[in-house]
Amino acid sequence: MARAPSRLLVLGLAASFAAGPSLGDELRDLYFGEALFHAYQGDYFDALQRLDTELGQYHGIDEPQYDSLHYHIGAAEFDVGDFELNYRMHHRAGRAIKAVLEGDVEPAVRNEAAFRLARIHFQKDQPEEALHALQRIEGPVPEHIRDDVEFLRGNVYMALGRPGDAVEVLEALQRSKALTGFAAYNLGMALLQDGRTPEAIEQLDRAGQVDVSDPAGEAIRDKANLILGTMLFESADYDRAGRSLDRVRLEGPFSNQALLRAGWAQVTAGNHERALVPWNLLAARDVTDLAVQEALLAAPHAYGQLSVHGRAALMYGQALETYSHELERVDASIASIRKGHFLEALVREEIRQVPDWVVRLRTLPETPETYYLTTLLASHDFHTGLQNFLDLEDLRVRLVSWRASFDAFEDIIGLRERNYAPLLPDVDAQFRELDSQIRLRMEQREHLERRLHDMLTAPRPEYLADADERVVLERLALIESGLSADVDDPAQQALRERVARIRGMLTWRLRTEYHERFTQAHEHLRELNGVIDTMTRRYDSLVRTRQAATHSYVGYDVPIGRLRTRVDAALEKVNRLMARQGHLLETVAIEELQARRERLVGYQSQARFAVADSYDRATRQQTSEVRD
Amino acid sequence: MPITSRILACVLACAWIVPGWAATSTDRDQMKGLDEQVQEVKSDVLGIAAELSRLEEKLLYPSNTQVAVFVALAAGDTMRLDAVKIQIDGQPVAHYIYSFKELDALRKGGVQRIYAGNVTTGQHQIEVSVSGKLPDGEDYDRTERFAFEKGIEPKLVGVTLASPETGTPAIALGNW
Repeated sequence: MARAPSRLLVLGLAASFAAGPSLGDELRDLYFGEALFHAYQGDYFDALQRLDTELGQYHGIDEPQYDSLHYHIGAAEFDVGDFELNYRMHHRAGRAIKAVLEGDVEPAVRNEAAFRLARIHFQKDQPEEALHALQRIEGPVPEHIRDDVEFLRGNVYMALGRPGDAVEVLEALQRSKALTGFAAYNLGMALLQDGRTPEAIEQLDRAGQVDVSDPAGEAIRDKANLILGTMLFESADYDRAGRSLDRVRLEGPFSNQALLRAGWAQVTAGNHERALVPWNLLAARDVTDLAVQEALLAAPHAYGQLSVHGRAALMYGQALETYSHELERVDASIASIRKGHFLEALVREEIRQVPDWVVRLRTLPETPETYYLTTLLASHDFHTGLQNFLDLEDLRVRLVSWRASFDAFEDIIGLRERNYAPLLPDVDAQFRELDSQIRLRMEQREHLERRLHDMLTAPRPEYLADADERVVLERLALIESGLSADVDDPAQQALRERVARIRGMLTWRLRTEYHERFTQAHEHLRELNGVIDTMTRRYDSLVRTRQAATHSYVGYDVPIGRLRTRVDAALEKVNRLMARQGHLLETVAIEELQARRERLVGYQSQARFAVADSYDRATRQQTSEVRD
Repeated sequence: MPITSRILACVLACAWIVPGWAATSTDRDQMKGLDEQVQEVKSDVLGIAAELSRLEEKLLYPSNTQVAVFVALAAGDTMRLDAVKIQIDGQPVAHYIYSFKELDALRKGGVQRIYAGNVTTGQHQIEVSVSGKLPDGEDYDRTERFAFEKGIEPKLVGVTLASPETGTPAIALGNW
């Protein structure tokens, strides 16, 4: 009971929730923008790979508030869940959103996470869990999801077999612009499920006349009209059924069904001539469609009812021919699928580049295996299986490419080793020399700085003598030490006085110029700092280059070996899954084609019988006319 | 109504109800079971991709020489971007022709990493050439040159493109 309406609502739900990831006001993180670039193209694997890496880095750093992703972290946390959902990874998507839900976030963010989690459960056919998630919503709900939350709640109630509650919720949404068409249609379905058929008919009538212009809105309006037309037809209100079915667009996805039913509504009401209009239109359409195949029999049937037996016989003959031809095509399709061509056609890369690749695939020459593909794709399970198969093929191609790249990596590493390894001893020698120079200069600098610092409290002018002065002072000391102790010797005395004068002159100069020299000494120290900085930069650059050279070829064996093992294991798993998934797709495709074949055989035998019957009647009619 | 016709009408009318393909419960169970396993293998491969990405970055684009160039469209710009060509220090490094899907992704605010490579630390020149069509159908070509400084950390160069009517520079360089 709960399953059928849940599937009925899938179209409406999927269409209204197909919102993509959103970018905030201003992009601050280029890699986040790159993830969105992939997501906007539907390349969710690449988008996830990028965003996973960014989020991993963000959460791995000590001060994430300084990371550029910090400006987008809220959106990124949600987007990763959305990407996983779009990549059909419901488990991971659920986990990602639960992490937000259980984190320390504002109520509005938590409510949005609860809504997204509920949406995942609903899409996984788990309405109880979806309702539980919706019940966690408390307090402020962001404006942009407010209607979506209630719409989902209505759908969950429907899936749980609580149409009365669904009606109450959906009634409140009838003015929502974003949900125009969907809310109206779902309300009609809820009323129908609640057993309020007259109200359901009126509601579907309203849903069938809503003013929408987008493809999804038009499709849901068509669906409302198709269901309403069927209901009215079953309740023998043929005239109104016809009017409702007439509202279905001729180019929409429900057009063929609507034309077929419109014809039957007219026939049942006794208007055989009017039934011919939709049926003749339908009979000229793509003959692989079930409704079209049926119309090929229905149209001559109406002619027969109008006693135009000659025309009926002719059309039955054409139908017979078409059925025979289609049977050949179905047989060719089955044979081709058994040969494995169906799966080969699905993974043709050049076809998948265009958005309507399924339609294109069917029109390709020499691909009989895909004639009935669109019929199969109407099934949700087959569609999921096909998407999984295509995703697996994508993974397989990536893994094969990665495996090949390991050999290239090892080549690069080998080349680097052969290039750098012989150079490194010389580099290391230069490094040691530079290192000792820097150490020496650093020691000198520290000594000078200490001495200058001490001189602030205990001035020592002699420390500030320049090189010439220091030589003079040393020579004076030497001369003084050479003088005899005889104070009566006039020559010695004169020499002593000269030494004292020169020393006095030097002392005078050193003392009077002390402050100036002290300042100069500080300036020289700063200059020395500059020299040391230059040397340190060279030193750091050398260290980096040395490290870069080593890092360019050392330490890769283990990670490459580990990755190679992981890739091989994943490839084996992917190949195994592809074989199973492919086999299942082939099996259901053949089952479907065999069912179609049986139906075509049935139509063929009916046409064969009817053509004989019509010729017989036409002959009798002609004879009777001649006799009259 | 002849009997054959009535039988035919009934057969045809009943055929409405039959869906395209009604999966058997075995098929559905198998599909579901496979779906779970496909989700697992996707997770495994994403893990491999992350590790491989780190390895590639370390091996091919070490941070002290890494430079990456990104392309974005100015918000709301409707120019039809056909191609972008990038030269660094006079050497062509990227020439990209855009598909409709890629252009659409750029218009929505996505950012394309058009080039990842290596340059030495210090001053460099980047030349960006753009060709496309303006909303009025006129051909549009523009080339701009910029200088950028590469330090010891990875260098990210963001190029924002805009058509003349937006009033913003046609090609702007941003640093991240």
